[in-house]
Amino acid sequence: MEGKTVTKVAQSGLDKKTLLKFLHEMLLIRKFEDKAGELYARGKIAGFLHLYNGEEAVAVGAVSALQKHDLLITHYRDHGHGIAKGIDVNRCMAELLGKATGCAKGRGGSMHFFDASLGFYGGWAIVAGHLPLAVGLGLASNILGKNQVTLCVFGDGATNNGYFHEALNLAKLWTVPVVFLCENNLYGMGTAVHRASAVTEMYKKAAAYNIPAEQVDGMDVLAVREATDKAVDHVRKGNGPYFLEVITYRFRGHSMADPILYRDKGEVDEWKQRDPIVTFRQKLETEGLLSAQEVEQIERETDEMIAEAVRFAEASPDPPLSDLYEDIYANP
Amino acid sequence: MPMITYREALHQALREEMSRDERVVVFGEDVVAYGGAYGVTSGLAKDFGDHRIMDTPIAEGVIGGAAVGAAMGGLRPVAELMTINFALLASDALINHAAKVLHMFGGQMSVPLVVRMVGGGGAQLASTHSQSFEVMFAHVPGLKVVTPATPADAKGLLKSAIRDDDPVLCIEHALLYRVRGEVPEGEFLVSLGKAEVKREGKDITLVAYSRMTLVALEAADRLREEGIEAEVVDLRSLRPLDMETVLASVRKTNRAVTIEETWRTYGIGAEVASRIQEEAFDYLDAPIQRVAGVEVPIPYAKHLEQAAIPDAKRVVEAVKQLLVRTGG
Ligand SMILES: Cc1ncc(C[n+]2csc(CCOP(=O)(O)OP(=O)(O)O)c2C)c(N)n1
Ligand SMILES: [Mg+2]
Repeated sequence: MEGKTVTKVAQSGLDKKTLLKFLHEMLLIRKFEDKAGELYARGKIAGFLHLYNGEEAVAVGAVSALQKHDLLITHYRDHGHGIAKGIDVNRCMAELLGKATGCAKGRGGSMHFFDASLGFYGGWAIVAGHLPLAVGLGLASNILGKNQVTLCVFGDGATNNGYFHEALNLAKLWTVPVVFLCENNLYGMGTAVHRASAVTEMYKKAAAYNIPAEQVDGMDVLAVREATDKAVDHVRKGNGPYFLEVITYRFRGHSMADPILYRDKGEVDEWKQRDPIVTFRQKLETEGLLSAQEVEQIERETDEMIAEAVRFAEASPDPPLSDLYEDIYANP
Repeated sequence: MPMITYREALHQALREEMSRDERVVVFGEDVVAYGGAYGVTSGLAKDFGDHRIMDTPIAEGVIGGAAVGAAMGGLRPVAELMTINFALLASDALINHAAKVLHMFGGQMSVPLVVRMVGGGGAQLASTHSQSFEVMFAHVPGLKVVTPATPADAKGLLKSAIRDDDPVLCIEHALLYRVRGEVPEGEFLVSLGKAEVKREGKDITLVAYSRMTLVALEAADRLREEGIEAEVVDLRSLRPLDMETVLASVRKTNRAVTIEETWRTYGIGAEVASRIQEEAFDYLDAPIQRVAGVEVPIPYAKHLEQAAIPDAKRVVEAVKQLLVRTGG
């Protein structure tokens, strides 16, 4: 079982503008990741760099179901989610280069994107550690009457951690407006799901806490959107949390440091046949919703945005040394 | 001024701050129906309702993390961790998250939360339930740590902690809840990061905090009988640490003994002594002495437990040893 799939674009009920935006965003994320990988290889980016290639449909489909004032909190593989929530790629690239203009002023790096003004409440790099934070954000929404949904994204690996279970249990007890979204990409670093989890279908874990859940095809942006729409609607009406498991696959290593010894190339190639960007484009073309001219335009625009992001990041100043001592305390 | 207990003072602080600011919410294990393991939150649910004070499961990780999230979401949560021993399970949320948000995310958001917890030994609860981990938390830039010794400080520090925009850990002491003292009614704040001279003296400075402040005061009484006037400085906050007050005292007395319930190695005394020699070396007439918890897991049996925790007798001995060395 690999989750629900939407077979025809026309059935999605989304207008053409939205559909083209999906394609645009997924391509932008893919190109951002490829460029980041390249800059890492050239020594311009340091630290851990976890790329999102192959998983773009998840961020784009899920975030599109949110309203502007809704919150997104995610793990360290966060570039795709940040871009989907609206962080300017210039500021994303600058963050990777450790520049003062980065979305965390160059203090967070790849794993710690943040933009409070856009409701992007962080990439968090302690596996499963941000799930309890989502419960707190949901509590605040309830108590302050903000009608704000929090989308909380994490990997399959996180579901085996105590934090996951503590957070789901309390989320249900407190009826918080949180959509838990598990990106099951079949591996946590080099450990296949079945080697780390006694239950290999993640959505079943939600049943232990009486949280409604479903499994979705994470290579299909429309399926992700449809499922997230339903989840957000459930949550926004005050029914408490909802759980989505999206089945997806990362095309590249866990991080740039990964020699990828734990899976064979045949498996990767098989999943690449289901590339969420290629398949979505083909669907659009088949159904006459995308012209060659439009494809070319989207390709050109995204290329330009990435080129500009690199220019911007490289031209940006380093944070001043005095910045080291700033923002340790709000009330020093 | 009314005489109330440390417990009542903490309760008063919570009650007043919850009335003052609707964003202040309380949650933790057994804070509602049970009234808090040490009775501090008793009665709040009746007056404020179940959207302002909530029980949680016995799950410290999510208590700590939910406090961080709630603060980021616009609340001013006061989370209660039943004891500091269980705070180890919440320490990831506090150290990896609460302490990092403001700096790591480029100054976009602060985390105005308070975590209350009970620390210390002396109630024969054996080694897993008698510990003092304040050093671990006070070590971390981004966190603030307060350790009230008196009912007045308990009220004033907790109220200030709730109003502060940073994560503050309020570490209370298991043996202090029934101690009485004068506490001003209504608005009464004690600034975070300000030590207080609890007793003046000219011969030696005793630096303590939390229950050890009371031990230091008792030792000072005994020393007076022998003609030694000890000054007692109560640190009150461990981070930020008010060295100015300590240094001013040492410049006057030229001698210091630090007293802490924590283990001696890498302890508060180690930090304070080091700072004194860095900043007031010329004023010292003798090496600084440290009185601290014995470096063992704290046992259950009463006489063994008492041998592991500093008392006034050990403080008096340390002072006398120090004075012998300097012929003072
Ligand atoms: C608490 C904790 N333990 C270990 C790590 C190291 N680590 C980083 S990512 C990762 C794998 C997580 O896998 P998963 O949750 O499936 O996410 P994915 O990387 O597949 O997107 C590990 C073990 C960590 N960051 N935090
Ligand atoms: Mg994974």
